[in-house]
Amino acid sequence: MSVLVDETTRLCVAGMTGKEGSFHTLNNRRYGTNVVGGVTPGKGGQDVEGIPVFDGWEQAATAAQPNTAMIFVPPRFAADSILEAASVGVELVIAITEGIPAHDELRVHNTLKRDYPNTRLIGPNCPGILSPGKANVGIIPASFFKEGNVGVVSRSGTLTYQIGNEIAQAGFGCSTIVGIGGDPVPGSSFVDILELFEADEQTELIVLSGEIGGSAEEEAADYIADSVSKPVVAYIAGFTAPAGKQMGHAGAIVSGSAGTAAAKAQALEAKGVRVGRTPTEVAEIAVEILGAVAADR
Amino acid sequence: MDLLEYQGKQLFARHGLAVSDGKAVTTVDDAVTAANEVGYPVVVKAQVLIGGRGKAGGVKLAANEGEAREHAGNILGMDIRGHTVRTLWIEHASDIASEYYASVLLDRQAKQPMVIFSVEGGVEIEQVAETHPDKLVRHHVDALTGLSREEAVEIATEGGADADVIEGVADALVALYEVWLAEDATLAEINPLIVTPPLPDDGTGGGGRRVKALDAKVSLDGNALYRHPENQGLSDSENEDPIERRAKEEGVQYVKLDGDIGILGNGAGLVMSTLDVVAQAGGSPANFLDAGGGSDAAKIKQAVELILANDAVKAVLFNIFGGITRCDEVAKGLIAAFEEIKPSVPFVVRLDGTNDTQGRELLQEASLPNVHAAATMNEAAEKVVALAAGAQASAGAAA
Repeated sequence: MSVLVDETTRLCVAGMTGKEGSFHTLNNRRYGTNVVGGVTPGKGGQDVEGIPVFDGWEQAATAAQPNTAMIFVPPRFAADSILEAASVGVELVIAITEGIPAHDELRVHNTLKRDYPNTRLIGPNCPGILSPGKANVGIIPASFFKEGNVGVVSRSGTLTYQIGNEIAQAGFGCSTIVGIGGDPVPGSSFVDILELFEADEQTELIVLSGEIGGSAEEEAADYIADSVSKPVVAYIAGFTAPAGKQMGHAGAIVSGSAGTAAAKAQALEAKGVRVGRTPTEVAEIAVEILGAVAADR
Repeated sequence: MDLLEYQGKQLFARHGLAVSDGKAVTTVDDAVTAANEVGYPVVVKAQVLIGGRGKAGGVKLAANEGEAREHAGNILGMDIRGHTVRTLWIEHASDIASEYYASVLLDRQAKQPMVIFSVEGGVEIEQVAETHPDKLVRHHVDALTGLSREEAVEIATEGGADADVIEGVADALVALYEVWLAEDATLAEINPLIVTPPLPDDGTGGGGRRVKALDAKVSLDGNALYRHPENQGLSDSENEDPIERRAKEEGVQYVKLDGDIGILGNGAGLVMSTLDVVAQAGGSPANFLDAGGGSDAAKIKQAVELILANDAVKAVLFNIFGGITRCDEVAKGLIAAFEEIKPSVPFVVRLDGTNDTQGRELLQEASLPNVHAAATMNEAAEKVVALAAGAQASAGAAA
């Protein structure tokens, strides 16, 4: 098993006809992901290397029955695109788009909750989801990961590659890598994904990669203590970030004493989660625990 | 994007929230003219994006033209915790009976807007939250339906507003929510929200006590500025670091820091992590720079120029793990930058990810002077810290 994306994924991509959209969609298909269509208003009837393009989600749903959507459209169109995909019953929407206004994210989150509770949103401003050996939806460079028993959930894309790559170099692989994104109102939180990994048979260890800002890591710490039986190793980026400055991710801003890297690391360690101080150290701790798990068998 | 007080008040006025008449000025003479216009007594207020203006002497009451001139002269150019006062807000002084507090913000944990109200205004609200948590009303608003007038009345009542101003406070809360919503704000705060003594009937709705915003703290969402062209020129751009301002104009995520090691990476998380790893290796980062996803050679070259615009930089670290970014483009950008700028400081480059082999080959072929390859992030951090220290040592020896 793995979580969220696998051989049963039927992917439809909003914004597939754009430069980045087509590049990554074709990359995903090359990896083995079943890409059943794309949505671009006004371009229905065209195709991208054989992948049919539809004018809207209605038509895509009828003709191609997607169960997963990837959103690659510009920020100003992204909120409506997410909600349209949800409105035709797509269960998983993965929004790659960066720079969506916070109020739009708030509207999307609350509309999904009220009107489309069966749709799960990952992102926005995230690198997507990769289940090595099964499916890749998004922009994660799959060649750096192999199949295995580590579940990775992260607010940062490139940091995920960094950690996953070090784990792979030590000879271990991943069940699924989930990028939840760095925005203030993410569709899914650490807790949502921890719940999935806890229930996933393939996953034996979870790596959680957080950063400054907000309180998602603190909430994750409480959830881990109460509901996660599998070992969790964490990383927090932003120890040297000055307060009040926004570090790229809209969510990564420290205001006052809350949301600092030190406070987050402390909250996790207080609940028995080991926190690596560098990406390399995270991989080392993970490998140490995995070695012990393997020896037990 | 944080707004100055007077900019926030202009947004307030746009949405029907009561503020005092006033004028923003940048010279002493204009300050005096403005004071004469709005009528004495006036308050002369420094416009800077930092708290504690009053304590620093940046807010003064003037009873006449002479005092207005004196205070304006003293406050203009004043340094308040690193912020130079370039603008003054002159407003007619208000009589104050009570000081309340009101704000609307985005509660990230609940994923809902939140209205906060307290009758203990005029002091730091964090302090009230600590000492009198019972005097603070926190009310979540349904993001899809907004704040109703009935809800606003309930908040004012629950917070203990005086009976005669419940309606006035509710009006202010509804208007403040409208500011937050319509202007794409992440924070709209009034501290203090004042209650005036009874005023004579001025024909605008009877006499009695009025509710008015005496201060304004508004943060706008930069991602939503495209829908608010009228707000694009706001903020305290003159007090911004010149390199940060240039980066913003060029659309690059750059934050200036105090150290001497220039940093470029792709992805905010990886760059933050790079700063941490450099600090752990004993170095001190000079900046945060996220080249972003999918950067091409031109953008990389531009980023190098920004990093080197900071004279404190003694060595530069490129830490790239390509996903959407292609390492060959990064290499091309660096080569182009070297052709044009001919940097005098050493570079350490670590390339992994999409097209990394091509990128490394390009760099090897170009054999740029003083560019060092590193295989891992930790190795790169150690190398760049040593190089920066070496640069310092040789500079010291030369001196």
